[in-house]
Amino acid sequence: MEQQYKEQGATDRVTKTQEMVYEITVGEVMSTTVVTVRPDQTMAELSSLLKDNRITGTPVVEDGKLVGMVSIADLINALSNNEINVLIRDKMKTKVECLYDDELLVHCIAKFSKYGFKRYPVLNRQEELVGIITKGSIVEGLLRKLEIEYEQTESKVAQARHRPTMRKFFEDVSADEISFTFKFNVAGQTLKEAGKAASELKNALKKLGVCPPLLRRIGVATYEAEINLASYTKGGEIRAQVEKWGIIVEAIDNGPGIPDVERAMQPGYSTAPDWVRELGFGAGMGLVNMKKCADEMSLKSSVPDGTHLIMQFYYTS
Amino acid sequence: MQLRDLVKEFGLEVKAGSGLLDREVSSGYVSDLLSDVLAHADEGTLWVTLHIHQNIVAVASHKDLAGIILVQGRQPEQDTIAKAEEEGIPVLVSSLSAFELVGRLYKAGIRGAEAD
Repeated sequence: MEQQYKEQGATDRVTKTQEMVYEITVGEVMSTTVVTVRPDQTMAELSSLLKDNRITGTPVVEDGKLVGMVSIADLINALSNNEINVLIRDKMKTKVECLYDDELLVHCIAKFSKYGFKRYPVLNRQEELVGIITKGSIVEGLLRKLEIEYEQTESKVAQARHRPTMRKFFEDVSADEISFTFKFNVAGQTLKEAGKAASELKNALKKLGVCPPLLRRIGVATYEAEINLASYTKGGEIRAQVEKWGIIVEAIDNGPGIPDVERAMQPGYSTAPDWVRELGFGAGMGLVNMKKCADEMSLKSSVPDGTHLIMQFYYTS
Repeated sequence: MQLRDLVKEFGLEVKAGSGLLDREVSSGYVSDLLSDVLAHADEGTLWVTLHIHQNIVAVASHKDLAGIILVQGRQPEQDTIAKAEEEGIPVLVSSLSAFELVGRLYKAGIRGAEAD
């Protein structure tokens, strides 16, 4: 143990484990299921207790107070002296080194190297026995803590990988309300320019760090909405709003409106004119595709005023 | 399989995206309904169609397709080529009919995406 400290001192680096022994208390790593014996039990009883519990020593407790420690070494002595039926009281060590549960592990380790005992009883500040600590429990405790920290780091890394930087931005900036709004005008009755808004929006969201799978869903849904504006309406607009929780895409037009919204939502139903069909659209799948891509979708329409489509996309889905 | 290999094997004309032929083709899809492609083609899919207008580029771009093959020697419109260069979508032309071309692509190892 001393050797180790010298080596570490020479490299002038503090390792993670070294740091941890200054953070963890004895209470966190000690074993709380303590097997104890009473001083009025015999060494023979101790023998079977050690065997049954596969331990090599145990605290001696009387009326809730720690009065001594007795180990397998004491038992061997008793055996060789033919004192197996002697009371534990006469064989136990009464000069006991204890640790307190709120002490740092670093003190505990120092104590291990100083005295050479294999286990130390742990007391709370009311002097009650609350646990026992061995080198094994220190190792287990450190490993457990390392594992927890590793898992936390891992999940943080995973989050950073999957979380759009957009969300990071919203977390870093504090205001009562933040959102980005994009607006694109879409000409009606021509498919020549259709798709421009969707592709511009997709590029903008890409720059904001929206992850590719979500980007594709938004791109496809917006494209279909834009194609509808261009195919069926006098023109309209695509609005996109970037919020903390996700993205809203709206398609708004000024008519003529959809006479039967429920029917329009059915796959394969289309009222597309020939010129639209010739370009490969009008298969009655646009709204179906949008619904598939969006996390939430609502469609309100009235004849002849127009249609308002709202799609929501969540960052987490 | 890379687009480059297909260009060589089937003598395809490269109309746009000549610098992007090292793209891997993961699967194939043939359809002339744009919404159908939007719904069913996957990232890395090679799309076989007879449409030549610029909306095919938008569809391919939104779905991150590997490229488009136009059948029966149909030549893409000027706008389509311009947009394809801009969006980075390879546009190739085959003199074969869709049925013939797809049959040969399948034989060359390209498969359709699993139906969902």
